[in-house]
Amino acid sequence: MNTLHRLGLGLLATTWVISSVQADELRLLTWGGYAPDAVVAQFEEETGIDVQVTLSNNEDMISKLRATGGAGFDLAQPSQDRIIGVQRQFNIYQPLDMSRIESDLFQASMLSATRESTSLNGNQYGVPAVWGTSGLIVADAAANTVTDYTDLCADAVAGRVSYRLKRPTLIGFAYAMGEDPFAAYNDEGEYRAILEKVEAELIDCKPNVKTYWSGGDQLLALLRTGEVTAAMAWDAGGWTLNAEDASINFVAPESGALGWIDTFALPRRAENLDAAYQWINFVMRPEIAAQITNQSGNFTASVGADAFVRAELRDAYRASFDQDALDNINWYPPVPPGLEAIEGQVLDRIQAAN
Amino acid sequence: MSSDLYCTDLVRRFGEHRAVDQVSLDVPAGSFFSILGPSGCGKTTLLRLLAGFDRPDSGDIFIRDQRMNTVPPNKRPVNMVFQHLALFPTMSVADNIGYGLKRRKVAAAERRKKTERVLEQVGLPGLGDRMPQQLSGGQRQRVALARCLVLEPTLLLLDEPLGALDLKLREQMKVELKHLQKAFGTTFVYITHDQSEALVMSDRVAVMRNGRFDQVAAPDVLYREPATPFVASFVGDNNRLDGEVLGVDNERVRLRLDTGGEVSGRPSSALAVGQRASLFIRPESMLIGADLPASFSRIETQLSTTLFDGANSRIETRLGERELFARLPQDGSVGDLQPGTTVSLGWEPQRATVFAEAQV
Amino acid sequence: MNRTAGKLSLLLLLTPFVLWIVLLVLLPHVQMLRVSFQVRESWDSLSWGVTQYSNFFAESYYWRTFIRTGVMSMLTTALTLLIGFPIAWYIAKLARGRARGVLFLACLIPFWASELVRTYGWMILLRESGLFSGWLQALGWVDGPVELLYNDAAVIVGLVYNALLFMVVPLVTTLDGLDDNLVEAGYDLGGNHWNVLREVVIPWAMPGIVSGCIVVFMLTLGSYLTPTLMGGKDSAWFTQQIFTQFITRFNWEQGAALGVLLLVLSSLLVWLGLRLTGQNLRKVLG
Repeated sequence: MNTLHRLGLGLLATTWVISSVQADELRLLTWGGYAPDAVVAQFEEETGIDVQVTLSNNEDMISKLRATGGAGFDLAQPSQDRIIGVQRQFNIYQPLDMSRIESDLFQASMLSATRESTSLNGNQYGVPAVWGTSGLIVADAAANTVTDYTDLCADAVAGRVSYRLKRPTLIGFAYAMGEDPFAAYNDEGEYRAILEKVEAELIDCKPNVKTYWSGGDQLLALLRTGEVTAAMAWDAGGWTLNAEDASINFVAPESGALGWIDTFALPRRAENLDAAYQWINFVMRPEIAAQITNQSGNFTASVGADAFVRAELRDAYRASFDQDALDNINWYPPVPPGLEAIEGQVLDRIQAAN
Repeated sequence: MSSDLYCTDLVRRFGEHRAVDQVSLDVPAGSFFSILGPSGCGKTTLLRLLAGFDRPDSGDIFIRDQRMNTVPPNKRPVNMVFQHLALFPTMSVADNIGYGLKRRKVAAAERRKKTERVLEQVGLPGLGDRMPQQLSGGQRQRVALARCLVLEPTLLLLDEPLGALDLKLREQMKVELKHLQKAFGTTFVYITHDQSEALVMSDRVAVMRNGRFDQVAAPDVLYREPATPFVASFVGDNNRLDGEVLGVDNERVRLRLDTGGEVSGRPSSALAVGQRASLFIRPESMLIGADLPASFSRIETQLSTTLFDGANSRIETRLGERELFARLPQDGSVGDLQPGTTVSLGWEPQRATVFAEAQV
Repeated sequence: MNRTAGKLSLLLLLTPFVLWIVLLVLLPHVQMLRVSFQVRESWDSLSWGVTQYSNFFAESYYWRTFIRTGVMSMLTTALTLLIGFPIAWYIAKLARGRARGVLFLACLIPFWASELVRTYGWMILLRESGLFSGWLQALGWVDGPVELLYNDAAVIVGLVYNALLFMVVPLVTTLDGLDDNLVEAGYDLGGNHWNVLREVVIPWAMPGIVSGCIVVFMLTLGSYLTPTLMGGKDSAWFTQQIFTQFITRFNWEQGAALGVLLLVLSSLLVWLGLRLTGQNLRKVLG
């Protein structure tokens, strides 16, 4: 055995010793706003379990867990459409034991929808936690022009528009162009055809765009300063701005907002499953879930949490979504493997086009 | 004879300090002119004024009757050999020499011919392809000269270029420089703190102190008839004795030494009886022995040590606080001398110079 | 006995360096090279191939982005040299004593903040509702707000700013060693400013210029935040594509291939640059 091996083993042994010492600890891989300090403090007080929060996003969660083969975290919160495809490709999650989850706390419709979209080979990998939509954030100046995704390409808002160069944009535009991309998910040829049309539209639309935003703070700054008057973005961002400036609000597009549900999922090599289940059951209590809504701006799958949510947030939500708009939401189905590679090439071509 | 360089009342101030203070000079065409002075006397500043790297605060510089005050260095018919030579390390010897010619738009073929010729003239034929770093100290010296001389300047300025050489090479280059100057017929202005360099090479030497010229004269005049006590002590070795004037006539001044005794010398300026004065006498004019002619001045000193150096052998003696040197002839005329014994020294008063002490 | 001890202490001194090179430089690169030749079908099956490399040449946006990145980096390097040289000259030759230290510090201070903060600083200045736009309007030079951000010029401004120190330091070091007399000799022998700069100063400073240019070029080519945040919608940067492959597409294989290509192609460019300027690495490293 050479020195290098010995050194490597030494390092591994050290990490193992350190990690096993702090056994009663929950390592949570989640989104900003999903684990408010007050909630964490209350949980630690009730259970005596230390919570280590790592902030992340869908892509980053997959990357992190892929790098370690599903180790390093005890609980993750990927979106429901990003579980089975990833699981099939990289095997980074383990099935949930539903008997350890208090299902009464969850809205039944959402729980069953998530069961369907996160099940693989008879195992369920996710339960719903927080949901939200992507749609349009529009300032009054552009309110008459922009009612659907494709309106971002109208001359009236030229140079005052921003969106992300990410997959929701492709899908939103596809719906606004009269296509049904989710229905085409399992037909690669058809999906490719749809994306080609979207690609042409987005390349044509390029002169209208001020910049492709890449971070939430960046987008909020663009809208706040008035440099951008219409953007495709998350509902919570729109409501945050609405609280500061009533002339800006989130609008559900005519062709439907894109609905996502972030879940709880167990990494394959999680070490503290007890703590993970305790956390799930804890944060789904209505009064706790409402705290998460107040912090992140997004609503949860918890039954009865609405009663504890800030009034102005509820009002902004109601202004954006009437019953029709709610019914019109297009919920993301699970992404089949390989689809993202096609989308990636389309996005690269749009970025590189002149 | 026309003058190549003519300056009037040059002044260069740095703050309150006058580095060059009312200097005037006149250098005839084809002559070797040296400016000799201790470090900090302002000689480098003066040279930089002449080269154009610096501007005088007042006074004028004329080169061949052209006023040069506002002419930039690259437009002056003047070139300079720097103290550390400043050969361009990234260019070959030929490129170093060709640099100036190129600036004058000399065609490549002509340039090569001139370069080869000047290299031959300085005794380095065929070394054009070498890099400066590959040459010896003496060879680099010659390249630095060739680089300037190929441009046939009216005036060549040299800033102690021999300082970096070892002693033996320096002696050799002194003679060589003088020959080259004669061969090219270029006017040289040479600054140095080494009086031997100045005396050997120059037609005329200016002794500079505190930004002023003390004396401008031919080397032998400078040596024999120093105009100031500073020149007397700076140019060549000298012994100094202090005392009070007893009497003056046209050719002689009599002095009572502070250590007792009475001596005589040639007055350099008007002296009054009772005035403090200093007498300077060169070691080679100081003779050893009791049987000297009656006209000689004499002093009795204590022998400290003898310093054997062939033809330059000397004895070191002590008179009161002062150390005195006298030449020790190697012809056996002086017997064996033991340290601590009393030695009689004497000189012909004509060879001693007396200055009023206020001037010192 | 003594020699063994000497060898041992040499070994001990070298160990951290060797460990660093092997563990943090060599191993990841070897691993990246390995991954770049893998073709992944699912998590438990993989085969070998050069698909990822052929993608680079087949998909025009990959190599077009690479060329674009290379050209912009060269432009940035040239601009950095043009701006850095006078600064370095001033610090090395004209500034004396304290002024020197203060100037050097002024070049260094921006690096106390992270690249992100520096970039946001530029964004605050250049954006449509930013300071420059406001000043231009106040001066009456423009009628309405002007957008100075989100274009290639803004990216280059940001990159030059980030790279300046890495150009100035090697230049100051070499120019410091330039004997003032050489410059004076250049003038004395009849040269004007241009002659002296071209024939005396630049040949002397060449090792500093080349090492500065290499560092700045590699740094710029490998930068990520500045082009991403300050660039317009067309301003694709090659590192963005690597990042995208690794992080948003989970396509490590493609990302690794692009990473390897970046390393190889940029080394090739540097080698070409050295050949063209007649320098070699040994001379530059002194």
